[in-house]
Amino acid sequence: MKRRDFLKSMTALAAGSALPTAPAIWSPAKAQARQETLLIVSESGPNNLDIHGVGTNVPGYEVSWNCYDRLISHEMKTVNGTPYYDRDKFKMELADDMAIGDMSVTFKLKKNAVFQDGTPVTAKDVKWSLDRAVSVGGFPTFQMGAGSLTKPEQFVVLDDRTIRIDFLRKDRLTIPDLAVIVPCVINSELVKKNATEKDPWGLEYTKQNTAGSGAYRVTNWTAGTQVVLERNDKWTGGPLPRVKRIVWRMVPSAGNRRALLERGDADISYDLPNKDFVELKDAGKLTIVSTPYSNGIQYIGMNVKNPPFDDPKVRQAVACAIPYQKIMDAVLFGLGRPLFGAPADYRTEAAWPQPHKFTTDIAKAKQLMAEAGHADGFETTLSFDLGFAGVNEPICVLTQESLAQIGIKTTINKVPGANWRTELNKKVMPLYTNVFSGWLDYPEYFFIWCYHGKNSIFNTMSYQSKAMDALIDGASVAAAEGDKAGYDKDVKGFVDLAYADMPRIPLYQPYVNVAMQKNVSGYQYWFHRRLDYRALVKG
Amino acid sequence: MLRQTGKRLITAIPSLIGVIVVTFLLTRVLPGDTAAYFAGPAATPQAIAEVRAKLGLDQPLPKQFVRYVRDLAHGDFGTSLTTGQPVISDIASRLPASAELTLLGLVIAMAIAVPLGILAAVRQGSLIDHACRIVATAGVSLPVFFTGLLLVYAFYFLLGWAPAPLGRLDVFYTPPPQVTGFYLIDSLLARDLALFRACLAPLILPAATLAIFSLAPIARMTRAAMLSVLASDFVRTARANGLAPHRVIVTYAFRNAMLPVVTTLGMVFSFLLGANVLVEKVFAWPGIGSYAVEALIASDYAPVQGFVLTMAVLYVLLNLAIDLLYGVIDPRVRIEA
Amino acid sequence: MSGAMRMEPGAVAAPAPPAKQTSLLSHARHVIGENPVTGLAFGLFVLLALCALLGPAIAPYDPLASDVAAKLQAPSLHHWFGTDEYGRDILSRVMVAARLDLGIAIFSVALVFALGGVSGVAAGFFGGWTDLIVGRIADTIMAFPLFVLAMGIVAALGNTVTNIVIATAIINFPLYARVARAEANVRRDAGFVQAARLSGNGELRIVLTQVLPNVMPIMVVQMSLTMGYAILNAAGLSFIGLGVRPPTPEWGIMVAEGAGNIISGEWWIALFPGAALMLAVFCFNLLGDGLRDIVDPQRRT
Repeated sequence: MKRRDFLKSMTALAAGSALPTAPAIWSPAKAQARQETLLIVSESGPNNLDIHGVGTNVPGYEVSWNCYDRLISHEMKTVNGTPYYDRDKFKMELADDMAIGDMSVTFKLKKNAVFQDGTPVTAKDVKWSLDRAVSVGGFPTFQMGAGSLTKPEQFVVLDDRTIRIDFLRKDRLTIPDLAVIVPCVINSELVKKNATEKDPWGLEYTKQNTAGSGAYRVTNWTAGTQVVLERNDKWTGGPLPRVKRIVWRMVPSAGNRRALLERGDADISYDLPNKDFVELKDAGKLTIVSTPYSNGIQYIGMNVKNPPFDDPKVRQAVACAIPYQKIMDAVLFGLGRPLFGAPADYRTEAAWPQPHKFTTDIAKAKQLMAEAGHADGFETTLSFDLGFAGVNEPICVLTQESLAQIGIKTTINKVPGANWRTELNKKVMPLYTNVFSGWLDYPEYFFIWCYHGKNSIFNTMSYQSKAMDALIDGASVAAAEGDKAGYDKDVKGFVDLAYADMPRIPLYQPYVNVAMQKNVSGYQYWFHRRLDYRALVKG
Repeated sequence: MLRQTGKRLITAIPSLIGVIVVTFLLTRVLPGDTAAYFAGPAATPQAIAEVRAKLGLDQPLPKQFVRYVRDLAHGDFGTSLTTGQPVISDIASRLPASAELTLLGLVIAMAIAVPLGILAAVRQGSLIDHACRIVATAGVSLPVFFTGLLLVYAFYFLLGWAPAPLGRLDVFYTPPPQVTGFYLIDSLLARDLALFRACLAPLILPAATLAIFSLAPIARMTRAAMLSVLASDFVRTARANGLAPHRVIVTYAFRNAMLPVVTTLGMVFSFLLGANVLVEKVFAWPGIGSYAVEALIASDYAPVQGFVLTMAVLYVLLNLAIDLLYGVIDPRVRIEA
Repeated sequence: MSGAMRMEPGAVAAPAPPAKQTSLLSHARHVIGENPVTGLAFGLFVLLALCALLGPAIAPYDPLASDVAAKLQAPSLHHWFGTDEYGRDILSRVMVAARLDLGIAIFSVALVFALGGVSGVAAGFFGGWTDLIVGRIADTIMAFPLFVLAMGIVAALGNTVTNIVIATAIINFPLYARVARAEANVRRDAGFVQAARLSGNGELRIVLTQVLPNVMPIMVVQMSLTMGYAILNAAGLSFIGLGVRPPTPEWGIMVAEGAGNIISGEWWIALFPGAALMLAVFCFNLLGDGLRDIVDPQRRT
């Protein structure tokens, strides 16, 4: 390391003076530009600037979050020294006032709210945007539905600045659902001008252009290469952001991203292997922030409809044969919250995620296998999503080795990222690893999608249990009615049942890791785990 | 000449048809369900079936093929799922990046390999001959992505001589006004020397990686061609007449040895265009190679089809250009044809 | 033998001493002597073959056994090549991988020789429709960017070793077909072929028993080069994620996985498999050059 530093300092001097292509920092004009620009590097970029677009990928959500406003957002609290969004406290963003009624909520818009082209934000724009969200289908409509927002009739314009949203039923998730990325407010007049008969919602226009009132707008987008954003100086949703210009570059090689950070040529990245985060933190030249995923779990799932995983004893045997600690050490390098090995006297809480009591115990696993009639083991496949191979592959390699000890011979099946959803949908994979997290940080939200007999795509195990359904439904109703005692009882109930039946084996709660130069600050953790540019500060 | 060109193009048509058919079949066999992708997460099987019908993916294969060819005839290569743009505009914007990189790599390789080959031929059997063979072969024996990463590590990370592997141009420069799409040429046309230097800097490492990889065939072919020419009668005559060795080698021998070298260059160029997919990935180069690879991994087949077709057409044109160049270098070929 | 021969009446003359022919072996020895680099290549090849055959038996550790406590250790007395991110011994993995990589190389080459060599010879020998069809197939394959075609084939069929071998064979098909065709064309009306025809051999039999063996020496040169190329191809596919499945040790995938660790300073993870890979490919390339010198009749003095 020391020789490297010496070489670097000597050659930086030599390079600056001798070579014609001096790095940008040696020119004063460029130095100024460099100081005012924040350079983000990641592996992949957006394929669409509008979250309502068809097939918009996750990086596209980040653009939507920063370039559009919503009626409400969240306040910040501090968790372990990091600003963390406060699930329970809402903040007015485009709205100025929120009045919650019995079966509706009424918002008054800010008087001075304007879109980036200068036109004022009106209730008609809000209705058009919300109608669009529930009508375009795909992920946006699905997310709106999670908060019981499904029909355009629910959105009623009372006057130019007032809009009322009627509830279909009492649902505790409706208000939080208005603060997620999807119900963003779009400049309806501008987009309607660019809509066509075949494309009434103007999706082609918003794919390439941002048409919102947010703190930033996209001035240049070369798909697959970079996104350039400039600050909207007329932003009314909060204090004016400090960073004037953001350049987001796609750099496919993880080694290069790390090199760029270490040499100071990039400002911020969250797309690195865990090992790099740990080493960069130890080296001390960068700021590393690690925060647990809200409502997120990496797990090993089993298809409980088909033998041999339909036998609970087999599932418990697998739960005893997973090399939990090895995974924490070799895959996460400690950057995760273990969800295994709870002590025998641990009492279930009304929260999620929570640890289960299983640990690696090969002897016990073998005994369970024998009791289930599989003393000789069996063969199966272990699948994972290649899109997240950095974490999934080592988990599978270590699990494969461990399961072999109790006689379960697995072949590893790498499924390309684009096909992973399709494979999950088919619900035939016997054994796999996956991660799930929900934007709305409530236990019943997680369980509705992952354990309920409604059999959504996220119930990857095809788990069906009337008892479980009753507990989950009970919890939702109790939450809507404000019955805390009933709610706590049902949540503890469904967590205990999940850990008794063990259709999926939680491994850990992952961390979101971000690496920043020392002169960059203002990182906030949001439920969507993407960067919020509005609070970032450089210098 | 014109007739030769015409004949050449006509013989290329069956291969192009073959390419279109094979690509179509190959991409339909690729795992991955476009309909599921568009229908989004949490889509029910019914929703996916609807999207599939809308995209025309539930039609029998022959019908889909006809539709595909019809779109091609209209210049519609489809839309990419990963970039969200029409494939043809993606390719148009990315092709110059790959071409510029490959050409520069080839130029560097020629500058090293041709003199090396000539030297090895002139001093056959000597230490230089063996050294030439070892160096050239060593270059082609390492996986090209490994060479690229080593160069990044050595010259960027350790020494800081090379600029950051961020792509074609540093973030604080704007590209030159588009004339050819080749940044080097366009910046010279715009008479902006500082910009020219800024465009040249990120090109050097990836071009060097490609050059290292293509040294061997060029050096080998130069050496072999020179050897056979140096043993020929007219060279012996030239030597016997007392011409300076330098003149013999360069003016007489090399000119005649150029023909097979030119063929090899053409082969190497087309090989490089296919091989630079890995180099582009390592250096974040926005070329068609990395475009195709990312699309293939994502089972996004429209870009893959577009890429393959573009390359096929380019090969045909390239082979044609080489044949014409042949005619220029060696009049006998022209007359024979 | 010198001196006059005394012919005893009735005795049969002793047979004349055999003419001094340059046998293949002595010619080979001569070439190696002339060109020490080829000798080096032969030596390397023997070493690789030994590793492939004996690898699993003499490797110090189980190449698949993880030992997380010992992960990412630099080369030391315990682990000569260090350990990787799972704590597996890299020396053992490199040795065991020799078998898989050489296997991929040999099978790819055998397959492409069988397909391309036979088709090419048939095309050159029979001409007509055979020539046309083989030519069209070869041209169509050649029109693809070859590495992307290999990627496409493996992506479509699934990433197993078999499919990697098949993909490598397909993309090398045109080259073999072309060389074989040219050689067969030359020999189509050669003397020995006419003789075989006259003695009543069927055309197919002539192709397989007379022409093909004659074409072999030229092809052997190409086969050696293709073996190196096959290993590099597998490495390139692994870099993209289309290579062999984990935890199988294979040089290419070890380099691809270790490449990310170079920046963080764990150079040994990529360097040793990379060096092994380079030596193997280097060896095959030099071998090809050397074989060309041995086999090319114009070089025999």
